[in-house]
Amino acid sequence: MAVSEVAAWFADIGLEDRPEVGGKGGSLGELQRAGIAVPPGFVIKTGAFRRFIEALERDAPVRSDIEALTGSDLSATVARCNEIRARIESEAFPPAVLEELTSAYSALCRGSGGPVAVRSSATSEDAVDASFAGLQDTYLWVTDLNQTVQRVRSCWASLYSPESVTYRRRRGLPEEAVAMAVVVQKMVDARTAGVMFTRSPLTGDRSVVTVEGSWGLGSAVVGGEVTPDRWVLAKITGEISVRNLSDKLIKHVPVPGGGTQSVSVPEDLRRAPCLSDAELQALRTIARQVERHYGRAQDIEWAVERGTDNLFLLQSRPETVWSAKESAPVARPAADPLLHIMSIFGGKQ
Amino acid sequence: MNTPAPTQRFPLPSSLRVIPGTERAQAAYPYLTQFTEADDDRFWFYNSMHFPEPMCAFDMVTAEAAYCALGSANTRVHSLPTTLGIDHRIINGRVYIGGNAVTDPAEIARRTAEFQKRAFYYYANWETLHAQWHEKMMTLIRAAQALPKLELPDFEPLEHVHAGRGVASNHYLLDTYQKTLEGYFRMWHHHFEFLLLGYGAYLTFFAFCKKAFPEITDQTIARMVAGIEAEIFRPDDELRRLARRAVELGVDAKFETLRSAEETITALQQSGAAGQAWLDDLEASRHPWFNINVGDGFYHYHRAWNDDLSMPFACLPEYIKRVKSGESLERPIERLRAERTELIEGYRELLNTDEDRAAYDQMITLAHRVFPYVEGHKFYCEHWYTNLFFNKIREFGALLAAHGFFPDTEAVFHLTHYELEMAIVDLMSSWSNGSAPRGPAHWPGIVKERRAALQEWAKHVTPPALGPVPDVIDDPAIVMLWGITRENLNAWLAADSGADSNEVRGFAASSGVVEGPARIVKSVKEIARLQQGDILVCQITNPTWAPIFQTIVAAVSDIGGSMSHAAIVAREYGLPAVVGTGNATARIKDGQRIRVDGGRGVVTILG
Repeated sequence: MAVSEVAAWFADIGLEDRPEVGGKGGSLGELQRAGIAVPPGFVIKTGAFRRFIEALERDAPVRSDIEALTGSDLSATVARCNEIRARIESEAFPPAVLEELTSAYSALCRGSGGPVAVRSSATSEDAVDASFAGLQDTYLWVTDLNQTVQRVRSCWASLYSPESVTYRRRRGLPEEAVAMAVVVQKMVDARTAGVMFTRSPLTGDRSVVTVEGSWGLGSAVVGGEVTPDRWVLAKITGEISVRNLSDKLIKHVPVPGGGTQSVSVPEDLRRAPCLSDAELQALRTIARQVERHYGRAQDIEWAVERGTDNLFLLQSRPETVWSAKESAPVARPAADPLLHIMSIFGGKQ
Repeated sequence: MNTPAPTQRFPLPSSLRVIPGTERAQAAYPYLTQFTEADDDRFWFYNSMHFPEPMCAFDMVTAEAAYCALGSANTRVHSLPTTLGIDHRIINGRVYIGGNAVTDPAEIARRTAEFQKRAFYYYANWETLHAQWHEKMMTLIRAAQALPKLELPDFEPLEHVHAGRGVASNHYLLDTYQKTLEGYFRMWHHHFEFLLLGYGAYLTFFAFCKKAFPEITDQTIARMVAGIEAEIFRPDDELRRLARRAVELGVDAKFETLRSAEETITALQQSGAAGQAWLDDLEASRHPWFNINVGDGFYHYHRAWNDDLSMPFACLPEYIKRVKSGESLERPIERLRAERTELIEGYRELLNTDEDRAAYDQMITLAHRVFPYVEGHKFYCEHWYTNLFFNKIREFGALLAAHGFFPDTEAVFHLTHYELEMAIVDLMSSWSNGSAPRGPAHWPGIVKERRAALQEWAKHVTPPALGPVPDVIDDPAIVMLWGITRENLNAWLAADSGADSNEVRGFAASSGVVEGPARIVKSVKEIARLQQGDILVCQITNPTWAPIFQTIVAAVSDIGGSMSHAAIVAREYGLPAVVGTGNATARIKDGQRIRVDGGRGVVTILG
């Protein structure tokens, strides 16, 4: 794929490209650049979205209509959103965009057809990113080109959900700046998937990696539909200090024709650990590598491919909760090092 | 963990009953160790860490000597700001102890000023003072070794008479006895000269790590501080060396699992130069490294390897098998050192600020300077010296038994050390007067009665603690030496109220999860019952048990913190261990299947 304003392979992008590839796309490119295994894929850049919206604008206004909304009149917002999303769903793709998407898709899937995941990749980078991103969509197990095109369209349309629009209107964000990139990547049929934190979500401890995982696709864990197994590993030594195996009642699995479904986990696997110690150690190694690459604590989504030992990262983003409340040093050097022992011998200070 | 209501408490001392029929044996313990009503107002805990079995009357000298020395070091020598010494009481052969905390702020301030003049001097001059300590300790050991043999000749040797010695042999019985006792009391002063300060520096670093890394495990901190070449590993290292030598010399076939030490030695003596070469190597290892006893040095019957070779020899066949399968069995000193450095550097990097890193450096440096004492002293004090001490008392036992005082040598340990002096004076008098000693009519009945009492006491479980629960355990000595914290008192209380739970909780001492049959080992004599794959459940273990860690798959103990011996040895062998459970030996039944989660400090009873 030549350098284009429509699409880019993960290998060719990094964090600095976030204005054009969004947070998710930039992070996946950056991970690949750092030598971490991510499922291969490409990003439909914001340029494609802009071309599409501009084509739409030629028929009738979009952005000015949104900006005219007050944000407090919910029924007007809903009506306007429905109308714009209907237009997005029926508008033809600009030919150049369709052409690049088609060729990238064929290269990615080498004629096998999917399945791919289609994931919206928002461009806002401020602290509100997390909640904003939460309003956007991810489509799993998309099995052919037509569906892929349709899902890219749906990602774009998600920018015009009443929630999303209300949010932007409340903040008075200019519509001109609003754009959406879309990640298309090979779908990992996960045997086990989950999240991990390079800093303890419980205590902020930097010396441990907390891993949470469950059977099947990671969407069950991320969506909170299952209580995952939980482990705490010492970052330096790999010592596993906590092993909480939970009753994993359901898992998300692909539907052959496309999409995913929730099914019960067989009785004998419910309480069985979904990761081996070797896999946990492999995850720890990756966690350290990613954290070192970014120079700060990360929250990471991962998956182990069914029938293999292959570990993939699906996303990594900076930890925000504990990093936001950095505190005073635990102790300061003492003029006389011996004074430290008074913390033990001196009684309650 | 929930904080229990303040009314919650352990049984009062006054509610404990002397087991019927053992009243006279109980009365033998010194008056100052008997519980009184005033003791109901204080918190006491059963020192099962050091005294896990009912104590013989004589062996109680260890409590007396140790607490005299610990107390003086804390109260009068270093002036620890918030704690004085430890009081002890004895009931049914069990030793309960209680700390004396200092709570008045003005007094703490006064003691702090003294502490900084005294303890700080020790820290600042640690290496010099420690070298001096080593000299003092070796002098004491040599003096104990040089004590004369006990003799009561028919006539005083002629040369003594002609030389005008003017002091007869019977006097040397008393002289030697008093020197033996004096040396033991003195040894305990040496023992505590550095101990609390050493632990204090360690705990300072420990507390810092716990704040900086709330989820760090105790054992990781212990590994950062632990020495690589501590004396306490030497006896086991020597055994490994001897196993390698047996293979090198081609005499490994002489070591068979069921052969006694004596039979093996005879077989080696009959196998020419190679056998003799191995026996020479054994001698080199034995002095001094087999001066290690199979307990913690607190019971006369925890014999040293040197006195009873069956323990080291029982472990040799397994070590030899491993050597032959290609293991070197050598502790990889350089690698262990590199790993420790890597660990310290790794955690240092994770700290948030340069100030944290500077404080961390100061604390770990101090801990490394002082910790070798904590690891090394036991070999000299609780093992080498204590073996000499008990063996000297045993000589008195043999002499008194020969004069009809006792049915056997070991009976001597059923007299208190005060009573033993009386028996010695009895023998001295009878030798000098030419009349029969009174002891033979006096002691055998008493010994019989006390032996029966000990057997009876061992059948009864004693409460882990007595009296009101303190709000906080702010006594650094108790936290450091016994690992007693408010949290594990709560666990003991909870175990009392909810005995239906199938979980036993303690300190996470060495991580890993393992399932297997529990083998309850209440005394060293039962060690032989352990089979490959068993989980050791005991009151306490110590480093001489190290060789059995190649048989078991996990260890659980009633008492001990993350720096206790069971914990150290388990980490050394990479076995899961949960220590300080309070009552695992009472709640788990022999042969029951259990799961040990050494990372969480939980033992689950499976069936």
